[in-house]
Amino acid sequence: MTEFLFFIEVVVGGLLAGTMYSLVALGFVLIYKASSTFNFAQGAMVFFAVLAFVGLMELGLPFVLAFFATVFLMFLVGYFTERLVLKPLMNQSEDTMLMATIGLGFVLEGLAQAAWGVEVRRLDLGIGDFPIPWIADSTGLFISALDLTAGTVSISMIIGLSILFKYTKMGLGLRAVADDAGAASSIGIPLKSIMLMVWTTAGIVALIAGMMWGARAGVQFALVDLALKALPVLIIGGFSSIPGAIVGGLIIGATEKVLEVYIGPFFGGAIEGWAPYVLAIFFLLYRPEGLFGEKIIRRV
Amino acid sequence: MKHRRQRNLVLTFIAAAASIFMFTQNASAQESQYFPVASSRVGPYSAMGTGYYGAQIDYMNYVNMNGGVNGVMLTWQECETEYNAVKTVECYQRLLEKDGQRIVVFDTLGTPGAYAVINRMAEDQVVLAQYGYGRTDAADGRVWPWVFNAASHYWSQIAVKMKFMAEQEGGIDKMKGKKIVHLHIDSAYGREPLPAMRKIAEDWGVTLVEISIPPPGLEQQSQWLQIRRENPDWVTFWGAGSGMNSTAMTNAARVGFPRERMIYVTFGAAEEDMYPAGDAAKGTYAMANALPGDQYPLVQRIKEQVYGSGKGNLADEKRVGSVYWNRGLGAAVMWVEALRIAQEMHNKVGKAVTGAEFRDGYEALNMTEERLGEIGVKGMVAPFAISCANHEGAGKFAMMQWDGTKFVQVTDWEAPLDPGFIRKLVEESAAKFASENNITPKQCS
Repeated sequence: MTEFLFFIEVVVGGLLAGTMYSLVALGFVLIYKASSTFNFAQGAMVFFAVLAFVGLMELGLPFVLAFFATVFLMFLVGYFTERLVLKPLMNQSEDTMLMATIGLGFVLEGLAQAAWGVEVRRLDLGIGDFPIPWIADSTGLFISALDLTAGTVSISMIIGLSILFKYTKMGLGLRAVADDAGAASSIGIPLKSIMLMVWTTAGIVALIAGMMWGARAGVQFALVDLALKALPVLIIGGFSSIPGAIVGGLIIGATEKVLEVYIGPFFGGAIEGWAPYVLAIFFLLYRPEGLFGEKIIRRV
Repeated sequence: MKHRRQRNLVLTFIAAAASIFMFTQNASAQESQYFPVASSRVGPYSAMGTGYYGAQIDYMNYVNMNGGVNGVMLTWQECETEYNAVKTVECYQRLLEKDGQRIVVFDTLGTPGAYAVINRMAEDQVVLAQYGYGRTDAADGRVWPWVFNAASHYWSQIAVKMKFMAEQEGGIDKMKGKKIVHLHIDSAYGREPLPAMRKIAEDWGVTLVEISIPPPGLEQQSQWLQIRRENPDWVTFWGAGSGMNSTAMTNAARVGFPRERMIYVTFGAAEEDMYPAGDAAKGTYAMANALPGDQYPLVQRIKEQVYGSGKGNLADEKRVGSVYWNRGLGAAVMWVEALRIAQEMHNKVGKAVTGAEFRDGYEALNMTEERLGEIGVKGMVAPFAISCANHEGAGKFAMMQWDGTKFVQVTDWEAPLDPGFIRKLVEESAAKFASENNITPKQCS
């Protein structure tokens, strides 16, 4: 394998890993768009959703039924979050909402483990995580079907959600709520339904992200920590931009892999845990709204 | 007549009060020994914690159901550490005393937690029982009289792994020019075997490449691309948590690295680490300091008595006999055996012992094949003895291989090729620590 081909493989591998980060970041973006709140519970939602999905399949539900049952469960999570957390805290500061999502995350983690146990589960989606022979033979690159599936799913979801929020009445309502919840409510936009829809959609995104990650690493508590991978993606892509989630994910994925492979050995390795945050800090210094985020202009 | 009735009533009352008093006296006279359970039942390390600490509680229940240790009943209290060093210290403090009785032993089931409390042990007079984990040079009991790493530490483990590789390659002389990647979690635990590994690699002419993974390790693509480029002959994997452990195997499969060339550390060598990787796990080697299986007589008796009466600690009884459960059982057997010896050594049969007395009992452990047979765990752990200077015990490990559904034992209990060399490294490291910290090593006759 030539050094150039190896470099290409590192970059391609990073881009594919980045699409997996984007999947997690998407859930954050949805909530942020609706309530300007960083949903700290998103990592827990990923774990909660996919653990419920696998648990339901263990109870004998077929794949499709388990998927829709989990979607309904995430709807319930959204419903109760709206009723018990968001509504009572309406008009409170963003900091209060942030703290509430941290608490929600702990509740979901605890509930998931109490309901389904702490054992690590295997999730077989029927998609191989082995190198695709014809790609390996023709290019020398080792890319698996799961890599390609994750990339395709990420891009499809981003296109779908972009259309939903840009061109539908529901999306218009959401943008109005995000802009000024009070004004949106006064002209008859149903705040409750909008919030419910956003949290349910974030729940579905969490489920799909959990399925992709679970298929690779097993369904387990460590999925909660995926939130840490999504944070620099959001800072770079912009907290409120759906396309930003994929671009941020690709940048983080490719950069961290290149840095880990070529610079990591000089630092004793394992720099990909913190290197993306260094990049994120640069963005915060020079472009705090991220690549695609809305510029925040405040009257002084 | 009325007076007599009143007198009888008073007498009955006195008799009843006296019997209640006698009963409570008897109850409080019941000797007990208090043990801490610093468990990790939630979080990324829950599979390990539930199995290991579940077994300890199951065994203590079993002992109590059979009359205790010479009549001394075992009591315990649990505290959740989530495998977090800070919470481990908090739990240690919380569990230290209960009802006026101090703990005699502490088991963190994790190197970070062990390092966090290790300097408290001598002052508090509590034994730190590192069952195959923790600070390696604590095997020198002269410098670390309160710390034990039976059964067997990480330096012996890496030496046994390298011995296995040499055997597979056809001898030590065939190892010259070979390349080993040590893939490890980026923590003190991941780097713990390196001093011994580097020395052996240098002696054998082996190229050692060290690659670290940041936790939680669900994404290891860059590490495995480096491994693909390095094209090593073997990979020694030193991970923690089922996420990191299973991901290493799926990534190995993605880059086409043969699993028959990967050897997992004891804390990656459990069923819970293998299942999530599916077919990618098949063929992976893993080390054991306590072999899995429910065929051992003690395991069978616990199943019958403890689980049979609905007092089992595990929600899923099928996990009884798994790697982590059996390892926890091995650790608890040592506690109880040490307590029994301590009672006899200090003429306190049927009475609770102090930390210092328990330490003496622990140091006098002599788990011969015969004694292990009497307890009912013959074959599950290697026979060993502990002494004043040697706190490691057997220094032996067995190699297992995952066949897709279960572990299959592929070697007997094996010691390093040169145990004296490993011991020399331990003594050098302990002596360095002693001189840096103005510790006068204990004299062992």
